Amino acid sequence: MTKQRLVVIGNGMAGARTVEEILSRGGAEQFQIAMFGDEPYGNYNRILLSNVVNGSQDASDIFLNDMSWYGENDIRLHAGVRATQIDRIGKRVYGQRAGSAPGAGASAEEVVEPYDKLIIATGSRPFIPPIKNIFESSGKLRPGVFAFRTLDDCRAIMAAAAGARRAVVIGGGLLGLEAARGLLTHGCEVHIVHLSPLLMNQQLDRDAAGILRTAIEKMGITPHLGQSTAAILGDGTVTGVLFKDDTTIDCEMVVVSTGIQANGTLARESGLSVERGIVVDNHMRSVDDFDVYVVGECAQHRGVTYGLVAPLWDQAKVLADHLTERNLGAVYTGSKLATKLKVMGIELAAMGIPDAAHDDDEVVVFSEPKRGRYKKLVIRNGRLVGAIMLGDLDKVAYLTQAFDKNSPLPDERLSLLFDLGTPGKKVTLDEMPAEAQICNCNGVSKAAIGACVASGRRTAKLVMEKTRAGMGCGSCKSLVSDLVAWFCGGQAEEDPSVHYYVPTITLQKKELVEAIVAQGLRSVSAVFAALGDGHEDPVSKPALASLLAVVWRGAQIEERDARFINDRVHGNIQKDGTFSVVPEIAGGICSSDDLRRIAAVADKYQVPLIKLTGGQRIDLVGVRKDDLPDVWRELGMPAGSAWGKSYRTCKSCIGVDYCRYGLGDSMALAVKIEKRFRGIESPGKLKLATAGCPRNCSEALVKDVGAVAVEGGKWELYVGGAAGSHIRKGDLMCVVETHEEVLRLAGRFMQYYRENAKYKERTYTFVERVGIERVRAVVVDDADGIGAALDQAMQDSVSSARDPWLERDAPATPNQFHSLLSGVE
Amino acid sequence: MPSRHAIGSIAQIPPGEGRNFDVAGRRVTVFHTRDGRAFATQPDCPHRGGPLADGLVGDGTVVCPLHEWRFDLVTGETRNGTCGLAVYPLSLQPDGTMSVELP
Repeated sequence: MTKQRLVVIGNGMAGARTVEEILSRGGAEQFQIAMFGDEPYGNYNRILLSNVVNGSQDASDIFLNDMSWYGENDIRLHAGVRATQIDRIGKRVYGQRAGSAPGAGASAEEVVEPYDKLIIATGSRPFIPPIKNIFESSGKLRPGVFAFRTLDDCRAIMAAAAGARRAVVIGGGLLGLEAARGLLTHGCEVHIVHLSPLLMNQQLDRDAAGILRTAIEKMGITPHLGQSTAAILGDGTVTGVLFKDDTTIDCEMVVVSTGIQANGTLARESGLSVERGIVVDNHMRSVDDFDVYVVGECAQHRGVTYGLVAPLWDQAKVLADHLTERNLGAVYTGSKLATKLKVMGIELAAMGIPDAAHDDDEVVVFSEPKRGRYKKLVIRNGRLVGAIMLGDLDKVAYLTQAFDKNSPLPDERLSLLFDLGTPGKKVTLDEMPAEAQICNCNGVSKAAIGACVASGRRTAKLVMEKTRAGMGCGSCKSLVSDLVAWFCGGQAEEDPSVHYYVPTITLQKKELVEAIVAQGLRSVSAVFAALGDGHEDPVSKPALASLLAVVWRGAQIEERDARFINDRVHGNIQKDGTFSVVPEIAGGICSSDDLRRIAAVADKYQVPLIKLTGGQRIDLVGVRKDDLPDVWRELGMPAGSAWGKSYRTCKSCIGVDYCRYGLGDSMALAVKIEKRFRGIESPGKLKLATAGCPRNCSEALVKDVGAVAVEGGKWELYVGGAAGSHIRKGDLMCVVETHEEVLRLAGRFMQYYRENAKYKERTYTFVERVGIERVRAVVVDDADGIGAALDQAMQDSVSSARDPWLERDAPATPNQFHSLLSGVE
Repeated sequence: MPSRHAIGSIAQIPPGEGRNFDVAGRRVTVFHTRDGRAFATQPDCPHRGGPLADGLVGDGTVVCPLHEWRFDLVTGETRNGTCGLAVYPLSLQPDGTMSVELP
């Protein structure tokens, strides 16, 4: 198929963005593209011109597509060529190369491009009000008078400002204010002249304009409001401006920023309907010629022309959809306008109408002129139709979205103006954009959760299973639950299984333990057979195996298939199916002999990664399952229990022997803890630390259990700390005097946790759920009289623990470490 | 042309677990469920290549150890992922010997 010829007149933001949209729809297959741009550059972000003038960005930083982009996309760019004529009968565009274009010869030359489809994106030009003496006889602005529209304007303004003592900006709208602020940075005195008595009168009401006026005065800009400029003074050079009331201001330069008018001449001359802009239909086509599309500031849609960038993005998408026939039904229905003033030191956003327009419009206002703050909402039928936010933009993101989407506002209006101490949860969820990523592990967005709820999964559990949100680190689970409820409009159904210890057995943990003990159920298969109602839920198996270990303290019947793979082969599975091997290095203390053995093993088994862990151990990562028994044997060290839901490690600082601040022997304590609790199974990981002084180098305050030495030979015992996916400072449970007391009470706490926490519930959730007062009452004060029983249960578990790496010589199951069987016996 | 291969006794696989077999140069995973049945599937999870033999087995399904995608052992259909498994007909004799048919 031969490609159609697409010609684009205009290489500004509208033209270039539209071409990008077309290319992203596979348009390069359909069209051979040529573009005319009368500026001799690639296209740049005009919105950032203010930053170029105020010096915060270099001109080279604001290019959107440099010249190479055109080549890479096979676009023929006629840079510095002005389109002069459209022949709609012969379907040709004629252009004239400006003699001043770099690289083009000195003489003007003509360019002709035939087209099948044409896009007009000629944009707009500054509107210059009728002011005497503002133009030269040639029709150009006279020297010393500048428009503020193009990169060349910017450069000229900056050059002139360097030599000017005083500058006058005509026009107190958005762009005029930005120009004035930019000129300040060049060291000249700046005056701003505005026809209306209100600055930014298109967007602001009287009060907001007054506050804005005060703000710019404080910056050093002098406003002249309600003033009409009659003439530019001076002969040859500018010496001042004359107002209609016959007053004058002396100045050396004038910048005119009084709005724009669409560039419609070319279109009008070629016979297209042009009013304030080129008239288009809902597909962004000229109403007169369906092979001609129009986009951007030169387009007039439903009687409106736009001078902001957001409508342009919307128009470009519709145009591209329609032109490429990706979606012939794509229609543009107009844009709602929201603006932000980009002036250093002033925070101002405005959208919609500045004042109530109907009798029953509701207006909510907060005004604090002294601090430059003003907030106003205009609400119609519970929806936002206008807003002004000055001095504090905290709520602008939400308001802009509510305005744009015409979404209903919460009844609590105050929360629309301020971030109150505890914002309503619903408002927060309302505010959250649809594309916000809720689950960062599995990349699930708010919209995906909404779609899942809409498909009929109306419980958090079902949504999590389907979308996998919350199934990674789990830290977003409560947010997912909140969102499901929100999407259900508060009608979320609670899945009763969330209260069960495992989903397929209808018992909470306490009842389940009672049943297990009463019926003497010692294996996972026995639990399923007696209580499982015919189910053998694979995901529940490890939870039950963990529980049986706590209940039977070594007298359970171990069924290896109930274990997650990590607990079948005593290492942590990696993404490539290999395992990590972490030998025990109690307290982080090791001998040179240990290091040599570890190094030799790493060499012999070609371990791809040796990593020091956060728990002060050495991790050999990437060991093949088949090699595990040999690796363990040759290391000759006990397992470091670094893979399961169990006691993991006890980190320690250097303690008293060497540290000049040390108050207590943290290293010896850490070794004792490690030797006692290694391999003890628990509902979640247990990571401990000991610190020799309150400087807490070992981070004991954010561990499941942390012991901190304090002056006077005492140890503070903290529980429920966390510093992983969740951050929490542990609660001080008690202060004790000896290592033995630390071991006893840490052990009693861990046993209380083992018996009462839900599966996978870490201590930071458990302690918060139970409350530190209750924990302290049971563990420290023995208020329930179960202290001795807890101690005994922990002692039984400690006594029954054995080093799992001994399975290297006595495998627990057939082919326990074999990754591939021959199938021939 | 489908071909049938003997792969030895089910006793090579502990109940409730899976093991990989080299069958005529191809890797096949065989699961031995706790109710005494056996199933053969492709060895790697279609999601990120996780080793299914190391997964948890129950209710006629296997759960991949890496990201918990779950598959039906009979049909190979996924319960929570986007893509299923290849499954192979397996015959289990009363004496425990198994053979698997590969396409």
